[in-house]
Amino acid sequence: MAQSEQEILAGLAEIVNEETGLDPESVQSDKAFTDDLDIDSLSMMTIVVNAEEKFGVRIPDDEVKNLRTVGDAVSFIQSSQS
Amino acid sequence: MSTERRVVVTGLGATTPLGGTITETWDAILAGRSGARTLTADWVEKYELPVTFAASIHTSPEEVLTKVECRRMDPSAQYAMVASREAWADAGSPEVDPERFMVAIGTGIGGVHTLLAQWDNLREKGVRRVFPLAVPMLMPNTSSGNVSLALGARAGAHTAVSACASGAESMALAVDQIRLGRADIVVAGGTEAAIHPLPFAGFTQMQALSTRNDDPQHASRPYDTGRDGFVMGEGAAVIVLESEEHARARGARIYAELAAAGMSSDAHHITAPEPEGAGASRAMREAVERAGLTPADIVHINAHATSTPVGDVAESNAIRRAFGDATDGMCVSGTKSMTGHLLGAAGALEGLFTILSVHHRIAPATINIEDMDPAIHLDVVRGEHRKLPQGDIAALNNSFGFGGHNVALTVKSI
Repeated sequence: MAQSEQEILAGLAEIVNEETGLDPESVQSDKAFTDDLDIDSLSMMTIVVNAEEKFGVRIPDDEVKNLRTVGDAVSFIQSSQS
Repeated sequence: MSTERRVVVTGLGATTPLGGTITETWDAILAGRSGARTLTADWVEKYELPVTFAASIHTSPEEVLTKVECRRMDPSAQYAMVASREAWADAGSPEVDPERFMVAIGTGIGGVHTLLAQWDNLREKGVRRVFPLAVPMLMPNTSSGNVSLALGARAGAHTAVSACASGAESMALAVDQIRLGRADIVVAGGTEAAIHPLPFAGFTQMQALSTRNDDPQHASRPYDTGRDGFVMGEGAAVIVLESEEHARARGARIYAELAAAGMSSDAHHITAPEPEGAGASRAMREAVERAGLTPADIVHINAHATSTPVGDVAESNAIRRAFGDATDGMCVSGTKSMTGHLLGAAGALEGLFTILSVHHRIAPATINIEDMDPAIHLDVVRGEHRKLPQGDIAALNNSFGFGGHNVALTVKSI
């Protein structure tokens, strides 16, 4: 049961906020996790694991380095769900 | 000793079973309140623990720190952070050279909540559910590391680990580091968050805890014949220490001088105090001598006094052994009767009480003494607080820990 892009983005923003305290509004598709949102690799691990649980998908460690922007993550989650 | 740099106290902070700040805590001490309460956590019933109360934290750090800070720090580091920020603000949040600014925060047990919660995650949910920050949260230096990061201290971040003497040992270490010229200003203290079923069960199996489940407020009763063990507490206490010249140059308010420390180890038994108190008395004598004082100068002792049948008598013997007849001129307070035993934070909190006693010239009354143990040969303050004399005075704080650690701190009026 795939979710819409908007639903995934909102869910991801919630996870990022929980982990980093960043305003969910700042978590937009075009933002890069490292360069724009200043999220380090340890926080990224937690975000990934929480996203796996929330969206019922598996995000392999090898894949994480390809998820440069929030949009990359949203697309990966959406394609994994379908 | 007169050529050594004087080290003074310019800031105080604490979060304890009696209050979320040092002011609230000290007010509760002067009001003679107990911080012990029945535990509401479900694990007490689940594991059928024989002790159902503790002196748990008064103000949850979640009310003070951000959600993200709480997620990333073990409760022991959360307490240390709350107390350190208070102490730093109390010292005036001075602009200092980061490379001359140090942290020394000890702990007895470290990040035990994190360690065991993450072990549960691994067993029940698998490796991917282990928090990536598990290791930096459970390590014993998690508090000194996090506080140095938050305050920008770059001269070093140290962690004394000597069970229930850790907090006092950290303060002793801080004094030495300033005297060695390695720092001008140090945030020093102790922290503990070990009210978790495992350490709790370990202490109950050791029969170290009071089992006065029907009356927690009267369970911690140092020097009373009815004492039956200590009451487990938690929290953190931190002070800001500076070389006197550094403090004077910036016009800081000075509470007292932390004049010297004495330290020794018993090499007798891993938990039991050496009954004649040889090691403890050596630490006390050293603390007085290194301060350039004689026993007659000491007007007050904040005793370790955990409310165990054996420990309180051993300490009383050790004090007599150290100071002989001069002991009669020292009034003794057992503040664990109110705070419970904060383990690795105990020495720091009681060091802080000793500083306030000298600063305000008042020795707090020990509560819950209904029938004074005749085996205790000390002038114990009870019933009413005791006024300490005007003029130059000095006081001692005793802290002892499993492993045979003995630490005594000498505080002088300024």
